[in-house]
Order: sequence, then structure tokens, then C-alpha cells
Amino acid sequence: MPLKLSIVTAQRTIMERSNVSKIVVPAAEGQITVLPGHAALMSSLAIGEMVVYEGDQAEAIVIHGGFFQVINNVVSVLADGAESVDAIDLERAEAARARAEQRLQGRDTDLHGGVDVLRAQLALQRSLARIKVARRRRGGTGVPTQQR
Amino acid sequence: MAGGGGVRAIRDRIRSVSSTSKVTRAMELVAASKMRRAQERAVASRPYAEQMNAVLSQLASFTAGGDGGPLHPLLERREVKNLAYIHISADRGLAGGLNSNMNRAGAGLLLEHQPHVERVTVIPAGRKGRDFFRRSGFDIAAEFGELGDFPDFSDVRPIARLVMDDFIAGKVDQVMVGYQRFVNAAVQRPTIIQILPVLPPAGTEAKPVDFIFEPSPEELLATLLPRFVEMQIYAAVLEARASEQSARMVAMRQATDAANEMVSDLTLAYNKARQEGITGELLDIVGGVAALEG
Repeated sequence: MPLKLSIVTAQRTIMERSNVSKIVVPAAEGQITVLPGHAALMSSLAIGEMVVYEGDQAEAIVIHGGFFQVINNVVSVLADGAESVDAIDLERAEAARARAEQRLQGRDTDLHGGVDVLRAQLALQRSLARIKVARRRRGGTGVPTQQR
Repeated sequence: MAGGGGVRAIRDRIRSVSSTSKVTRAMELVAASKMRRAQERAVASRPYAEQMNAVLSQLASFTAGGDGGPLHPLLERREVKNLAYIHISADRGLAGGLNSNMNRAGAGLLLEHQPHVERVTVIPAGRKGRDFFRRSGFDIAAEFGELGDFPDFSDVRPIARLVMDDFIAGKVDQVMVGYQRFVNAAVQRPTIIQILPVLPPAGTEAKPVDFIFEPSPEELLATLLPRFVEMQIYAAVLEARASEQSARMVAMRQATDAANEMVSDLTLAYNKARQEGITGELLDIVGGVAALEG
């Protein structure tokens, strides 16, 4: 029996699939692979890439935190933000990474307090996840070949 | 001359009323297209709200431990000494009774609670509500002026942060939010709900036997609850925006209809006056000719 998957954010529904064979999820405490028949699970999400497999096809999505649950082969992802591969602008992501890195390096001069450091770190994580997914897209599927 | 000035005055009036009707018609069309977009946004945010409710109710059924104490500060029920009220309103008028109805409902809530608690404060979000509460001298805790026609989740977050911080710090004991609920394009209803302390949605689904939580249910609750509060305020703002555009659309349509009706009444009066003028002139000429010949 295949998995049913929905990825939603507060703004909109990002993805809805009913014939999913495998999902690799960036959970807060490490990557989790969900196959049909998985035990009921509730977990928070980290910033990272999620890979959705439908038979031979695979699709990568950038997830910006949130949480997800699995019950009876239904996977619900409540993301704080999510982007499909097509929505990622590689150049912008690279620029964001450079900006975040610069901020973190010069943290004593232009960052005040821990909040901005945290923000820069989060921005860096988001941009890295975007770049990772977007680079793979050049290979065609947006998915790591070694996992196939 | 019979009615020469009257005819001109009527003609000017027709011109002015029909240009007004063009303006209101344009505003109606703008509001109609904005309403569609605002409605779509409200609908698009619903799946998240529904799944959030489902997850939270499930989690609540697991974390409802018997030790009596609240599992998370945002769930804590206290005696209400300080009440905060978030008033969501439109930034602009020309929307029929929308804003005054909302303001009346908000003021009504505050007046009703004022005798029973030590302090009530208002947090207006939207210009019309802010102006109203400033004028009427209520205690304003913070202001969120203009949220725009299509506010983002990130625009609403600071409001949620503020009330959650105040609630956890014990500065307020209960937080309500008021907004115009979108029933349909013709009906909007002022609605006031409680958002803090969080009332977890009642769980109806059967619990699966083995549930894996990562991290612990309590920690998951701690990440879920703030998002739940943010989502509720965001949903209220989206509804309020859809209501605003539809109320404006209807108000402008009525104004256009009234203006068009006025134009046709005036046109009738104008034609009548003009004909009377012509008849009068003809009589003068005929009378003049008769006098010459006679």
C-alpha cells in the first residue's frame, strides 16, 4: 500500500501525492526514511531537503523546519516554509549564503546580540539546503544518484 | 428665458453624478478582484489549520497527564486580571458598515469585561480600528498600523510574539482576537475568539497504540503551540481581509446603482426642462411673427 503525502505551509499547500513509495525526511534528530507500513510517528523537522519517491521518479523539496506526523500510511508535513526545486533561484541562494557567511564572520562588528547570530545561522542553513537541492537538479531529477 | 439656468444646472449635476458612478464602479471592480485573491489566500491556508488542529488534538490526548499542572505555559489557565484584545480591522473605509460594526463589537467586549477585571488593553491591527480606539480613549497596549491588503504570515508573527511573551510573563491572563468573519460575499460577521490560554481542539480520533515521538511529546508541544497561536491570528487576518474586500465591493455596487438611478431621474428632468425651454422659445417666435404680420 503506497503512502499518502501532503506538505502544507500556513500560506498554501505545497504538494499532495497519493502514490508515494518512500520519503526521506530531514527530521530534527536526523534523517528519517518513511516506507509504507511505518509506525505512527510525530517529529519536528530541521532545515534540509526532503526527497519524495514515486516508483522510479524522485523529487526533492527544501523544507524550512516545522513538523510532521505519520499515521496509517498518511504522512502530513506541516512546514514553516517549503520550496519545490523549480522555485529555487540558485543565484539568489548563493548570494544569500555569501551574505550569511559574511555576517557570521564579522559577528563582533555588525551583529548585536545573539538574535542576529541565530538569524544569520538559520539563513545560512536555508541557503545551503536550497543550493544542495538546486545543484542536483542540473543532473535532471534533483535527487542524489547514489541513493537510487 | 424659461429655465435656461435650470437646464444648465441639471446638466452639470448629471455630469458630476455620472463621473461619481464611474469612480464607484471602478472601485467595485478593484474590490471584486482583490476579494477573489483574498478569498483564495484564506482557502489556501485552511489545510495547514486543519492538520494543525488534528496534530494538536492527538498530541494533547497523549500529554494530558494526570499531575494537574499545565504542560506548557501557553496552556495555563489563571484567574483573569488582565485581558488583552487584538482588534483586527481594515485600513481603509468605503466598505459600508464593516468597520463600524467591528469597532462596536470590540468596544462592546471591552466594556463588558471592564467591570470584572483589573485592566483591559487593546492591540489594534489595522488603521480604522486603531483610529477608533485612540479616539475612544481605551488603553492601547501596542499598535500594528497597516497590514496591507495581502498580509504575509511574517507580517502577523510580531502580533503573536507580543501576546505570547506578555502571557508567559504574566502581564496578561487572557487574550482574545476579534475580526470580521467571512461568511459569504454579502455577509460578514464580527467574531471574537479566545487564543490564550490555548484551548486545545478536542480530540476525536482514536489513538494509535504505539506512537513514536521525537523529541518528547512535551517538547513537541512546545514547538507546536506557538505556531498554533500564530496560525490562528494569521487565519483571522486573512478572513478579515476577504470580508473587507467583499464589503467594499457590495458598498460600491450599491453606490454605483444609486448614482445611475439618479442620472436617469436627472436626465428625465433635464429633457423636460429643455423641452419646456424650446416650447417657450417657439411661442415667442410665433408670437413675434404674428405681431409683425398683424
